[in-house]
Amino acid sequence: MTAIYERELDSQLNGLTGYVYGAIMLLFAGIYVMAFNLEGSPDFTSVLYSMKWIALITIPLLTMRSIAEERHQKTDQLLYSLPLGMTRIVMGKYLALVTVMAMPLAVMALYPLALNAAATAGHVALKSAYGALAGYFFLGMTLTAIGLFISSLMENVGLAAGACFLVMLVLHFLTPLARFISSSGAASLIAFGVAAVLFGLILWRATKNGLFALVLTLVLAAALGVCYALWPDSFSGLFAQVLEQLAVFDRFDNFTYDIFDIRSIVYFLSVTGVFLFLTVQAMERRRWAA
Amino acid sequence: MIEVSHLTKRYGSRVAVEDLTFTVDKGVVWGFLGPNGAGKSTTMNILAGCLAATEGRVAIGGHDIFEEPLAARRQVGYLPEQPPLYMGMTVREYLSFVARAKGVAVRDLDDQLDHAMAVTGVEEVADRLIRNLSKGFRQRVGVAQAILGDPEVIILDEPTVGLDPLQIVEIRKLIRALGRDHTVILSSHILSEVQAVCDRVLMIHHGRLVASGTPEELEQRFSGQVTYKITAKAMPMEVRQALEYLPGVTSVTAEMGAEGRTEAVIAASDTGPDMDEKLSFALSDRRIPVLRLEREQTSLEDVFLALAQEDGPASEAEDTPRHKRRGRGESA
Repeated sequence: MTAIYERELDSQLNGLTGYVYGAIMLLFAGIYVMAFNLEGSPDFTSVLYSMKWIALITIPLLTMRSIAEERHQKTDQLLYSLPLGMTRIVMGKYLALVTVMAMPLAVMALYPLALNAAATAGHVALKSAYGALAGYFFLGMTLTAIGLFISSLMENVGLAAGACFLVMLVLHFLTPLARFISSSGAASLIAFGVAAVLFGLILWRATKNGLFALVLTLVLAAALGVCYALWPDSFSGLFAQVLEQLAVFDRFDNFTYDIFDIRSIVYFLSVTGVFLFLTVQAMERRRWAA
Repeated sequence: MIEVSHLTKRYGSRVAVEDLTFTVDKGVVWGFLGPNGAGKSTTMNILAGCLAATEGRVAIGGHDIFEEPLAARRQVGYLPEQPPLYMGMTVREYLSFVARAKGVAVRDLDDQLDHAMAVTGVEEVADRLIRNLSKGFRQRVGVAQAILGDPEVIILDEPTVGLDPLQIVEIRKLIRALGRDHTVILSSHILSEVQAVCDRVLMIHHGRLVASGTPEELEQRFSGQVTYKITAKAMPMEVRQALEYLPGVTSVTAEMGAEGRTEAVIAASDTGPDMDEKLSFALSDRRIPVLRLEREQTSLEDVFLALAQEDGPASEAEDTPRHKRRGRGESA
């Protein structure tokens, strides 16, 4: 795993990707610190809150090549033939990406101290600043796992970046999107139905097994219909609630309110685990279906 | 060393490899020969653990590739058709990465790298970026990564594709050298390559094994007929009379050539090595001077071309050589 980790880290740092990512992060961190902290309040958490949207650009940039490039260059053949379990290969890659992701955060960790030393805008509350920074790191870990999974589904790096951007966009605006959906039970049912069809399409793409995807989608649709027939009231507003639960970005918000939210950390780690598992499965599936 | 039994790989409804069974002995260079699309790369990928089979069993050094994948893969070095090289790394960096990923201990790392680079002759480009290397050197680096970790089995999928003639000769030399310490399986659709490099041949067509043996055995097995060309200082009639009733001879064609010599073509069903002597003695018994006696055997190329041109269903593939053999016998 160490060899995979080091190679991935090397490829991120020897190419432009790692530096472009770091530059974007530090550029915007600098702009927000200047805007909020140098001439305003000493609240460093508002800087991190404002930087959430940057993940829309940085996560696709960071993760797009990781597996898609290996598939494109056929170097994945080497990975498959190594006497290493796929979990260790994926973990090696993931930890390297997390290391690169964390590098600008390590630099940003100096900002509260620098601000306090300069004392231009009052005293920065270090506890809440570093709590928020930790929350931002966990958010980054989760988004990196999602990006890595998307990269594992693609062979084209550009396509991986585009798909990752779209997913990040949807995740970022999930809560506002949820508000557009009518709270009626029927609207929830339709929305769940559309989600089931989308799930079926993704499954078809991932497994290349049309019959399996169709049967599973029909089973899901039938289960939804039965549930709706039995408990129609429980469907009202249900889809919006589910969407809000999936809104990864919003889980970070508590950290900016000076709350070190352990539940959110568990949530981040769980989602990370699920996507790493899915990445391993996507890689293994290629061994079976390539 | 490698046991493959009833191996089948299907892509949806398409069968790439069907019911393949063979055993590869230790310390031999094996050629996996077949026309394009015969299922060679699929089989190589399965043996290397890169691809799962639909049915069947593969054991490498006694380890089942599906049940004990890591133990099995530890014994295999694999060079796919397109060498899996990271272009942004130097040769040394790349080989060091592969060695460590294969679990080579740090204390053995330098020795292994030096050995792999020396065997494959890439020492002179060790510190150059792989993207700047010629195709021949890239192929050598690919072979070098395959031998890292000192695997028992080295699998090379079409290792000379795209190389120039000089590079091909060099890679073939390298494969022969590897065969001294490892079991090498080499896939190719180029006959001359298999004949030049391999001790034994597995011939595959439509995903099925149609023949296996040494190149010479295959030629004999599929030809069933040997042709001799004789130049003798006598009249054609005399040569014909001397040879046509000899046991093992099926036909004699004799014509008058230049300077009063007879050029004869003798087809013999006796493919044994002493047929040469029988022909020679038969002529000398009649005091006919033999100026030339050449044995011409049906080449492996004939067998291969027969397979490559065969468009029938896979199930008939095994009958193809027998069919061709009868055809040759009838026409002779």
